[in-house]
Amino acid sequence: MNFLLPNLSPAYPEIFLLAMGCLVLLTGLVAREKLPNLTYLLTQIALFGCALITFITFTPDAIYTFSDMFVDDVMADTLKMLVYITVSVCLIYSRSYISLRGMLSGEFFSLVLFATLGMLVMISASHFLTLYLGLELLSLSLYAMVALRRDSSIATEAAMKFFILGALASGFLLYGMSMIYGVTGSLNIARISEIIQGGVVNHATLVVGLVFIVAGIGFKLSVAPFHMWAPDVYQGAPTAVVLFISSAPKLAAFGFVMRLLIEGVGGMANDWQGMLIILALMSMAIGNLGAIMQTNIKRMLAYSTISHMGFMLLGIVSANVDGYGSSMFYVVIYVIMTLGTFGIIMLLSHGVYEAEKLDDFKGLNRRNPRYAFITLLLMFSLAGIPPTVGFYAKLSVLQAVMNAGYIWLAVMAVLFSVIGAFYYLRIIKLMYFDEPENDIFISPQRDVELLISTNGLVILLLGIFPQTLMALCIYAIQSSVQS
Amino acid sequence: MLFDFSLLSLVIWLPIFVGIAILTINDDRNAQLIKWLALIGSLAGLLVAIPLYTRFDPIVSSMQFVEYRVWIERFNVHYHLGVDGISMPLILLNCFTTPLVIIAGWRVINKRISQYMGAFLIMSGIVNGVFSSLDAILFYIFWEASLIPMFLIIGIWGGPNRVYAAIKFFLYTLLGSLLMLIAFIYLYRISGGSFSILDYHKLPLPLVSQIFIFIAFFLAFAVKVPMWPVHTWLPDAHVEAPTGGSIVLAAILLKLGGYGFIRFSLPIVPDASHYLSDMMIVLSLIAVVYIGLIALVQADMKKLIAYSSVSHMGFVTLGLFLFNVYGVEGAMVQMISHGFISGAMFFCVGVMYDRLHSRQIADYGGVVSKMPVFAAFFMLFSMANAGLPGTSGFVGEFMVIMAAIKINFWYAFFAASTLIFGAAYTLWMYKRVVFGTVTNPNVNQLEDVTGREVLILTILAAMVLWVGLYPLPLTEVMHVTVDNLLAHIARSKL
Repeated sequence: MNFLLPNLSPAYPEIFLLAMGCLVLLTGLVAREKLPNLTYLLTQIALFGCALITFITFTPDAIYTFSDMFVDDVMADTLKMLVYITVSVCLIYSRSYISLRGMLSGEFFSLVLFATLGMLVMISASHFLTLYLGLELLSLSLYAMVALRRDSSIATEAAMKFFILGALASGFLLYGMSMIYGVTGSLNIARISEIIQGGVVNHATLVVGLVFIVAGIGFKLSVAPFHMWAPDVYQGAPTAVVLFISSAPKLAAFGFVMRLLIEGVGGMANDWQGMLIILALMSMAIGNLGAIMQTNIKRMLAYSTISHMGFMLLGIVSANVDGYGSSMFYVVIYVIMTLGTFGIIMLLSHGVYEAEKLDDFKGLNRRNPRYAFITLLLMFSLAGIPPTVGFYAKLSVLQAVMNAGYIWLAVMAVLFSVIGAFYYLRIIKLMYFDEPENDIFISPQRDVELLISTNGLVILLLGIFPQTLMALCIYAIQSSVQS
Repeated sequence: MLFDFSLLSLVIWLPIFVGIAILTINDDRNAQLIKWLALIGSLAGLLVAIPLYTRFDPIVSSMQFVEYRVWIERFNVHYHLGVDGISMPLILLNCFTTPLVIIAGWRVINKRISQYMGAFLIMSGIVNGVFSSLDAILFYIFWEASLIPMFLIIGIWGGPNRVYAAIKFFLYTLLGSLLMLIAFIYLYRISGGSFSILDYHKLPLPLVSQIFIFIAFFLAFAVKVPMWPVHTWLPDAHVEAPTGGSIVLAAILLKLGGYGFIRFSLPIVPDASHYLSDMMIVLSLIAVVYIGLIALVQADMKKLIAYSSVSHMGFVTLGLFLFNVYGVEGAMVQMISHGFISGAMFFCVGVMYDRLHSRQIADYGGVVSKMPVFAAFFMLFSMANAGLPGTSGFVGEFMVIMAAIKINFWYAFFAASTLIFGAAYTLWMYKRVVFGTVTNPNVNQLEDVTGREVLILTILAAMVLWVGLYPLPLTEVMHVTVDNLLAHIARSKL
């Protein structure tokens, strides 16, 4: 019997990341006291190395490996590059925050790297099992990260909720997958797609399976009515962890939706369109209305995430390449905005004080006009007001939705956006119209200062020249959906 | 020729860049530098806008000073600018108002000066962008972006209830504009992928779509004008805004709504405009008469002028939906004239407020004995606000009433009633504030206007009288464009 080594080249970034993750874990064990920054540096090097590998091995064609369980196509490469950048930015923002809270040890960084690995596997999956494997690797790392602050009861509660509901959702997902397997006899995404398009299968069973899959996806994307975990986790987890949870995994979740819903059961678009419309509308309603009532900024942003994910789903509802491209664009923009927002929140957390009340933004314009202005841009962008990039994200999704003929859906989305604008405006009001409650000087490290200014500038510059990023998203989707 | 080619860009971006430069200084210790920079920037903005008038060809109905570049390929969005006889005077009005606003805030604004001055300059550029955009998305971006500086101006430098007013202002206008965006995307689909406003003018549309598009546009523009019954944000915003903010709001931002009707509603959906013209005329007349009556009972001077603005803007929408030359030209003249008069009225209230810190009519009385020069100017502007012949307020109203009487006697009758109500509320306020005996001891401490204030008042008075006595330079540039517009509206697009 001859043993054939599979073609490993598409998975080089994942393999490298796994090795680095283990290395960081070991280094953390040894160098905890003497070189506290070593693990941080190694993590950044790992991400940079991955980016380099992905860049060098880039090809415009899709390469399958591991018996067609793993694929490396343009969409995967694009999303992975975005994940590396996002995770790296996350870590730069959170370094001083976690070091002040004594979490600058190996666990945090190795968990980040394993979660990242999970995301990469999800993005590159071309098989239901790979998909599930990546998802669980990501989810388990995230559960642990939420629970990192063991002495905090609220964090523990959040982690418990996250874990139980997450496990339930994974169960849903598996159950849905098993039903689809039962009907089609395959777990390979491309194969399933062929069989469904062939049309000689039991449609009713497929739809039941689909319902479970959509429910599982809904949970991972935190869209209503599967959103209950998000506000608690956002509130309870350390801000650095929330920053991580709310940014990069959304990119991976988008990849997950693409692989599962579009490449896998895309033939059943008529069935899932209706489900997604309900999810999207409920999310926008619950997210926007729920956010109004919050006094905790992290909770408010959790509801804001719910509404944004709902909006993003609208692009997928339109079920064409333009729509998927606009959704991807929306997710990328959303991640850029989230990074900036949580970055600012961590800046406001001076010492071991946690900035998590809305009132912590009071009078920011007095205390530091520059950060106030960056937050202003971020808030207007989240609200979708031009000339910030949030406007184009909304525009492209609305355009796709209307092209698919759902004018009423676009009108509903717009009405909810007006409600949403209110709570973003409230933050601007606190910063610009109110007097500061304290005069604590905000003095971030230089790298954070530079990065957060860049982040604000990107919001504005992409708002004036969105062409490149839009074209990139469309290109990524086109080359993998059609291949 | 290169200069001609990028003239509009210069008019838009020069104030914006000066504004950004001022924002980066952001230090109240450099107050003098900031103020002078803002003044020079705004004057330069006015200066570069003057060639728009002198080099404008009044016998051409097509767009002039056109700039056309690809901007966002994916959506077929272009950086497409151009002006005609309707937008050019409005750009000049805007560029003219900005230096006045800067001077008006010279002494009064003491906190966060750079943000104040920067916001006004940036807004001036953005508004020029609104008036000269020929691409729907470009238009929309400028349109929405103009909300941001105004929101901050009301919220930071406004009065006690400023937060409520600022948020109300923002959300009202946002709701209207987002529906307009939906209409744009719909038109983009129907037209086969174009965001060009000029393409939309030629696009045939069935009546049902036209009506829906009209409603979407109506919500966006009616909120801005503002028309009854969506006018309620205006008094709140005005009362709480600082003087400069009120001037810009009344003189410039309200014109965006009127301009929107001329540029979008009428030519893009002409059949719906005809179909719904009765509704528009009735709403306009309600604004003219009913809001005029509301103005009569106001105790707060700024509120009174705000309501009088709504009533005067009613003439604009009335004139537009009469579909004849007098009506549309009258509406345009009314917009320009209202820009001068309401700006002047708000400035006059600001002059008094700076001294006594009250806007209540009851707190004044006998001002003339302490401020005779001011009282004379205030008299002129009050008369203009009441529509006295010889002032600019008369010209526009008279033209619209002339137009209305051709269509229906009762339209003209109700419209003309404003000459009575307008005189009543303005002059009654004037009487209570300026004449009579001094009841409030603080009035005795008043000092007459300073040189800076006299300068602004003189310039505004000159403009009010000029348009009132010799409106020809204004009407001649818009005549061909208006004729062309009316010819276009008369053709059905069904």
